Amino acid sequence: MNAVKSPEELKSIKAGILKRMNEKETVRVKVHMGTSGLASGAREIYDFFRLELEKRNIQASVTSTGDMGYSFAEPTLEVKRPGEDPVVFGNVDKLRADEIIEKYIKNGELVDGVLPANYRTINQ
Amino acid sequence: MMAREKMQILVCGGTTCSDGQGEAVFENLNLEIEANALENDVHVVHSGCFGLCSMGPVVKIVPGNTIYTKVSPDDAREIVSEHILKGRKVERLLWKDPSGNTLVKEDEFAGQKKQLRIVLRNCGIIDPENIEDAIAHDAYAALSKVLAGMKPTDVIQVIKDSGLRGRGGGGFSTGLKWEIAYKNKADQKYVVCNADEGDPGAFMDRSVLEGDPHSVLEAMAICGYSIEAGKGLIYIRAEYPLAVARLRTAIAQAKEYGLLGKNIMGSGFDFDIEIRYGAGAFVCGEETALIHSMEGLRGEPTVKPPYPAESGFLGKPTNVNNVETLACISPIILKGASWFAGIGTERSKGTKVFALAGKINNVGLIEVPMGTTLREVIYEIGGGIRKGKKFKAAQTGGPSGGCLTEKHLDIPIDFDNLTAVGSMMGSGGLIVMDEDDCMVQVAKFFLEFTVEESCGKCAPCRIGNKRLHELLEHITKGKGTLADLDRLKNMCLVIKDTSLCGLGQSSPNPVLSTLENFRDEYEAHVSLKKCPAGQCKDLMEYFIIEENCVGCTACARVCPVGAITGERKEPHHINPDICIKCGACMEKCKFDAIIIQ
Ligand SMILES: Cc1cc2nc3c(=O)[nH]c(=O)nc-3n(C[C@H](O)[C@H](O)[C@H](O)COP(=O)(O)O)c2cc1C
Ligand code: SF4
Ligand code: SF4
Repeated sequence: MNAVKSPEELKSIKAGILKRMNEKETVRVKVHMGTSGLASGAREIYDFFRLELEKRNIQASVTSTGDMGYSFAEPTLEVKRPGEDPVVFGNVDKLRADEIIEKYIKNGELVDGVLPANYRTINQ
Repeated sequence: MMAREKMQILVCGGTTCSDGQGEAVFENLNLEIEANALENDVHVVHSGCFGLCSMGPVVKIVPGNTIYTKVSPDDAREIVSEHILKGRKVERLLWKDPSGNTLVKEDEFAGQKKQLRIVLRNCGIIDPENIEDAIAHDAYAALSKVLAGMKPTDVIQVIKDSGLRGRGGGGFSTGLKWEIAYKNKADQKYVVCNADEGDPGAFMDRSVLEGDPHSVLEAMAICGYSIEAGKGLIYIRAEYPLAVARLRTAIAQAKEYGLLGKNIMGSGFDFDIEIRYGAGAFVCGEETALIHSMEGLRGEPTVKPPYPAESGFLGKPTNVNNVETLACISPIILKGASWFAGIGTERSKGTKVFALAGKINNVGLIEVPMGTTLREVIYEIGGGIRKGKKFKAAQTGGPSGGCLTEKHLDIPIDFDNLTAVGSMMGSGGLIVMDEDDCMVQVAKFFLEFTVEESCGKCAPCRIGNKRLHELLEHITKGKGTLADLDRLKNMCLVIKDTSLCGLGQSSPNPVLSTLENFRDEYEAHVSLKKCPAGQCKDLMEYFIIEENCVGCTACARVCPVGAITGERKEPHHINPDICIKCGACMEKCKFDAIIIQ
C-alpha cells in the first residue's frame, strides 16, 4: 500500500473499497470477538463457522469484530445474506451455529436468538 | 396463503417486557399456525428486545418487516388469519405515534428507540484489524476534512460549539481544554489518551478500543492538529491484552496508509502515536498520576495547578482525554457541532455509554442520549430487575459515585443532575441493586476498593478511608452505635475536604450517599442489630420454627458446635450464643423448619 497522499485520494480509496465489497457479495458472518465474546466462547464459534461453511460448500466470508455490548447474550454474531439486512444472533453455541447455517444461511429461515437492533444509528 | 414465500414471525421478550406476555403470544401463534397447517410455510421464533419496550410485546413479520405492538395472546388468531393467510395488516395492532402517523415497518420505528449509538457506532460492525473496513465506514474522513481546510482554531470552535464534555469523569468542556493546550506555546506538546479505565464494572473504553481502534487514533490526530502537538500517547492497562493488540495493529496499518506519521495525507502535518502500559492501578487514571507513571515515576498524583495543559508530560503542554470522549470527535467533525448539540440536555450534550451490571436482566453496554432517565435505562433497555425483584438502588460513578434510589428514577441523567443528587456520572458504570442488597455492605464494598487503591501519599485518604472501613465493618458486625453514624459522616466530610486528589476527594461518596438515602438501614444495624436485607451474617440468627419441626434430630447431629438441642420427636432449639452461623443445619433439614432472621 502506498501512503494516501491527499484527502481526495482517501475518498477514492474508500469508493474503491466499497465497490470491491459490493461486487463480491457473498454471505458474510461477523463473529463478535471482544473480551466479553471471547470469554463466552466466541473463538470456538468462529472456528466452527470457518470449518463448517467450507465443509458444507457454502461461499461465505467469516470475520471477527469487537463486541456490540450484548454481554447478556454472548457469544453473538451477525449474518448478512446478499441483498438482505444483516441479522444478529445471540447465545450462539455450536447447536445454534449449526441451525444458523442449515436454516438461515441456506434458506433464509430465521432461528431463535435474533437480537433486533434496539438502537438508532448516527445516520437515522 | 398469499404467497409461497416463507414467512417468519418474530416475537420479542419472554421475561423482559410486559411480565412475560411475550411467551404466551409465542405459544398462541404457534398453535394458530398448527391449526391452519402452516408449519411448513411459517416459522415463529424468539427474538431479543426491539428496544420498544413501552409498546411490548412486539411481533415482527418478515417479509415486509411489519411491526405489531402491544400484542396480547388473544391477538394471535387475528394475526394469523388476517396477515398470514389473507395478507391484510391488522390495523388495530399497528402503532400510532403522538402526531397520529401510523408506523408499520421496522425502520419507521427508529425514532422510538431509546438507544443511540455514536461512540459504539462501529463496534461489532467493522473488523478492527482491517483498516479498509474502517475506511469504508468513514474512518479518517474527519481527519481528512480537518487537514483539507480547517485551521486549528476552527476545529477547536467546532468542538466547543458541540458542547462535548469529558467522559472520563470530570465532565470538563473538551473544546475549552483543547483551546488552553493550543494557547500554551511550546516546541513539543502531547496528546494523551486515557485508557486506564479503573472503575470496576466499566468496560466501554475497552470495547471501543477492541471494536473500533481507528476512531480513537483519528481523534488523537485531530486533537494533535488542533493543539499543534506532534505526538500522541495511549496509556492503557496491561490487563487489556486484546485492546493492546488491536491498537498496535491499527497503529501499524494507519502508518502504512500514511494516515499517521510524517506528512499525513500530504498536508505537512506530522503525528505519531505510541502506547504506554499501566499496571492497572485506579489512581493512575487520574491525569497527573498517569503522566508521572508514563514518565517512569511513581504513579502518584500531584497538586493542580499546574494542569497538564500547561505542564504535563515531560513538563510540556499535554491534553488528556478519555477514550469515549475521543470516540465522539470524528462524528462531530463530519456531522457538525449543531448535530451533536441537538442531542442530550441543556448542559450535557451527546450520548453516554453505560455498563449495566448487577441485578439487571440485560447486563452489558448501552448508549443513550444524555437526559435519558434511570427508569428507561433499567426497565426498558435493561429489561428490568432480575427474577422480578424490587429495585432498590443503582450506583453510578463506581467507587467515586453514589447511589440513586426509587425517587431518582425519573430524573434525566446528565452530569449536573447526577452531581446534584450526590452521585456523579463517572465513567459510566451502573450497578443495579435489588431488595436483597444491604446498603451498608455496598458502601463497605466500594470502600474496600478505595482502601486498596489509595496511593498513600496523603494522610486523609490513606488513614481516613481505612478508619471509615473499620467503622463500617463494625456496623455490619452489630457493634456500631448511633453515635458512630455521626462519626462516619464527619470523617467522610474531612476526607473529602482534605485529600489531595480526586480519589480521596470522592472516596467517601458511596458512604455519604447510602447514609443519606438509607439512614433507616444504618439505624437498623446499630440500634436493632438487624440487617433488613439479610446480608450481614453476624446480625442473623438461625431459628427453628416449632410447628414445622418434627424432631428428626438431623440438624443436631450435623451441627459442628453442638448448638442444637432437643428430644427425639420434639421440636429442637438453636442456642444463638453457641451457633457459628455455618448454615449446615439449614441444609440438612428436610422440613423447612430452619430459617434465618
Ligand atoms: C482516582 C481517579 C481515577 C480516574 N480514572 C480515570 C480513568 O480510568 N479513565 C479516564 O479517562 N479518566 C479517569 N480519571 C479522570 C482523569 O483525571 C481526567 O480527568 C480525564 O482523563 C480527562 O479526560 P476527559 O476530559 O476526556 O474526561 C480519573 C480521575 C481520578 C481522580
Ligand atoms: S487522595 Fe489518596 S490517592 Fe489521592 S494522592 Fe492522596 S492518598 Fe493518593
Ligand atoms: S432437621 Fe429440621 S425437622 Fe429435624 S430436628 Fe432439626 S429442625 Fe427439626
